[in-house]
Amino acid sequence: MDMNEIKEIFFQECEEQLAELESGLLKMNDGDRDPETVNAVFRAVHSIKGGAGAFGLDDLVAFAHVFETTLDCVRSNKLEPTQDVLKVMLKAADVLADLTNAARDGGSVDQARTRGLVKELEALANGDLPAPSAAAAVVETAPQPAVPAPTDDSGFQPIPFSFDDDFGGDEPAGAGVPEYEVNFKPRADLYAKGNDATLLLRDLARLGEMNIFCDTDELPALPDLDPENAYFKWAISIKTDKGEDAIRTVFEFAEWDCDLDVRQVEGDVASASEELPMVPVPFDLSILDDDGAAPAAKIVKEAPALKNDAAAAVAAAETASNVTQLASAAARVEKKEAALAAAAAANAAAAQNSAAAGQTIRVDLDRVDRLINLVGELVINQAMLSQSVIENDNNGTSSINMGLEELQQLTREIQDSVMAIRAQPVKPVFQRMSRIVREIADMTGKSIRLITEGENTEVDKTVIDKLAEPLTHMIRNAVDHGIETPEKRATLGKNPEGTVRLTAKHRSGRILIELADDGAGINREKVRQKAIDNDLIPADANLSDEEVDNLIFLPGFSTADKISDISGRGVGMDVVKRSIQALGGRINISSRPGQGSVFTMSLPLTLAVLDGMVVTVAGQTLVVPLTAIVETLQPEASAIHSFGANHRLISIRNSFCPLVDVGRILNFRATQADPVEGVALLVESEGGGQRALMVDAIQGQRQVVIKSLEANYTHVPGIAAATILGDGRVALILDVDAVVGASRGQSLKPEMSYAAVG
Amino acid sequence: MSYAVKSLTQGTRELIAFRIGDQEFCVDIMSVREIRGWTQATAMPHAPGYMLGVVNLRGAVLPIVDLSARLGMKQAEPTARHVIIVAQVRRKVVGLLVDAVSDILTITDDSIQPTPEVSSDHERQFARGIVAIDRRMICLIELEALFPESESEAA
Repeated sequence: MDMNEIKEIFFQECEEQLAELESGLLKMNDGDRDPETVNAVFRAVHSIKGGAGAFGLDDLVAFAHVFETTLDCVRSNKLEPTQDVLKVMLKAADVLADLTNAARDGGSVDQARTRGLVKELEALANGDLPAPSAAAAVVETAPQPAVPAPTDDSGFQPIPFSFDDDFGGDEPAGAGVPEYEVNFKPRADLYAKGNDATLLLRDLARLGEMNIFCDTDELPALPDLDPENAYFKWAISIKTDKGEDAIRTVFEFAEWDCDLDVRQVEGDVASASEELPMVPVPFDLSILDDDGAAPAAKIVKEAPALKNDAAAAVAAAETASNVTQLASAAARVEKKEAALAAAAAANAAAAQNSAAAGQTIRVDLDRVDRLINLVGELVINQAMLSQSVIENDNNGTSSINMGLEELQQLTREIQDSVMAIRAQPVKPVFQRMSRIVREIADMTGKSIRLITEGENTEVDKTVIDKLAEPLTHMIRNAVDHGIETPEKRATLGKNPEGTVRLTAKHRSGRILIELADDGAGINREKVRQKAIDNDLIPADANLSDEEVDNLIFLPGFSTADKISDISGRGVGMDVVKRSIQALGGRINISSRPGQGSVFTMSLPLTLAVLDGMVVTVAGQTLVVPLTAIVETLQPEASAIHSFGANHRLISIRNSFCPLVDVGRILNFRATQADPVEGVALLVESEGGGQRALMVDAIQGQRQVVIKSLEANYTHVPGIAAATILGDGRVALILDVDAVVGASRGQSLKPEMSYAAVG
Repeated sequence: MSYAVKSLTQGTRELIAFRIGDQEFCVDIMSVREIRGWTQATAMPHAPGYMLGVVNLRGAVLPIVDLSARLGMKQAEPTARHVIIVAQVRRKVVGLLVDAVSDILTITDDSIQPTPEVSSDHERQFARGIVAIDRRMICLIELEALFPESESEAA
């Protein structure tokens, strides 16, 4: 497998982990104190860190590490997860997501924000110290008391060589910062599993000022050297205020394959021991640093005992580093995959915990689509078969008919199950919204709580993908315009914290998404005035409350007094409405002044099939999407009125509606048909205008599988897509918006149509 | 021996010859996917005259072109005896309505004669040469020229 593929898998898993992280944090925010939730959050960050480390994504590792440390404090009950703490953590989750995206797509992240959060997190980890001058504060408050003694359950064996504490006594600068002594002796397994002592030491160097000695005593002569064995051990003294746990975390993935001993150096160590049990060789980490990143290790002054023998030591050091390079080069071959395997193992462990929720497999979307296409064919074929059996059935053999009925049921079931494969819960989109709410609430200084319901409602993946944008627009509007400032809410006697409720549910074969806020509601006077100012309605227009509310969906409408970064460029709601309609959906608004607004979107569950009315126009069979049709009626001669030379109006309950001959618009016939002989379909199109579409006859109503016309042909103005009917013939699906647009005198240009093609 | 090997070793190519009216044409066999009978097509609005409509090709929507009209000859009146050559033109698949498929020819490149100078640009636009076999004259046409990029990629 090539590296990029592995990386891609890592990023996919990151996305899952980030979602897990966010939902866990939100649960904690709602008062969930279940240790399992905290663990899940911790695991998510930890897995990301582990994987990122394997790919050398240093920024990501560094941030994840700080985040993890803070989470660990929560896990060990050192830090109470209050609302304020969680606010910081949610922000940190956002930054982590940004960093992941930046690592994948090569973008940049807001460095200042990252640094600020690192500080905040560290402050929390250090027992809620005031964020600024954290370092200074640490120096004053003497050695960290909270570091627990080395635990025995980690299963390591302290190696039996003693090593005295001082390496030159040159630490007056770091006085007060606890010093640890780490003895690290990798076994051959460590390299075999793809870890690399260099990387571990480099990670360790990030924790603080560090001195490293490499003990090469066990290194055999070159002829006896087994290149796959491990011969070195390192003695490290490190000054860090991050505690022993942080040191252990560095060796986390290697713990079982090395002898590790971490001890805190107590008090002020007086003198260097005269009889060093081994000759420490100054070990320059930068030699191992293959990609030239700045090494943090420092070479210590050589110990007095070594001075006599300096030349020999240098030679030894050279051999040491050369061999290590060899070893690490050998290890590097396997390193990446093995490290990934370690990360994957961690993920698998996490996955095990949620195994109760059902096992999943990752399948290429193409494969699913191919299956769906084939099943679509099966349905059509089955319909064709039944039709021809009915046509040829002159002796009424019931066994064939019964078999066919069963076949029909089976094909329906297969179709439903296959569609279910593409169905995905709306959860990821909803989670993205919670981030948007947080950010905008921050920007506007409002306090807002997002409540989501029905996150597990499933809908076709294409619908989900296209849902995010309009939903984002609407959430922005709700937070920016809908909810009042906390002060204003307080004076109105409302809870200063505003609530935005996002709900998804299934309703009669469609998905219903509701966005409700408890803000000010729509200011109808203002909307009306604005519409008049913008020439959208005549000044004396008599509109119902509902009609006024719907004015906000008109193009070029914005009520915000000042145009903000967040919303209010006047391209908001009409774009929302159009994208919802492009998905074959409808959007409604209901608003109560002072109590908030509710937007209701009703969307089809899938874009692969469509409910349509099959009609005949000039001998051709067309399908009109059912979502567009308001009602159908049989026109009477008395209801038809000529208007000008070419136009005709139909009166419906005392309102006049332009009559559009579909056959004429699509050029199927040269002259307009007689409306009395046909059927009128009252449709509502983009912009809210109603039109009566004239067709010759209605054949029926059925679900059709959408086929692309563009694949082999070009886009056809007035036609949204094609489908295949039960008789095996192609029928065209009408693009209602384009046809209505054409009837307004706009020519049928391709750009005119917002085709509902899946 | 496979087509590829043949053309490599002998510089030959295989062509499918078909009849429209009393004329014979041929196209490269590698662009032909299948040959099928005529089925009633669904007319497309706002389509040029040679576009007969679309049919269902195992679930895909296949546009059908009246090749006779496209080559500037009289419009065909499709019957059950007509044949549709399903051909791949760039990334799209089109059906070409012809009277009948007559032959599969294996010819060498040097047996293709250049298109004669005639006054009409129309024929010269698609014709890539003339093949003479058994005293028949077969016009080699290039499908890419029949369906220029701008037209087929308009969407």
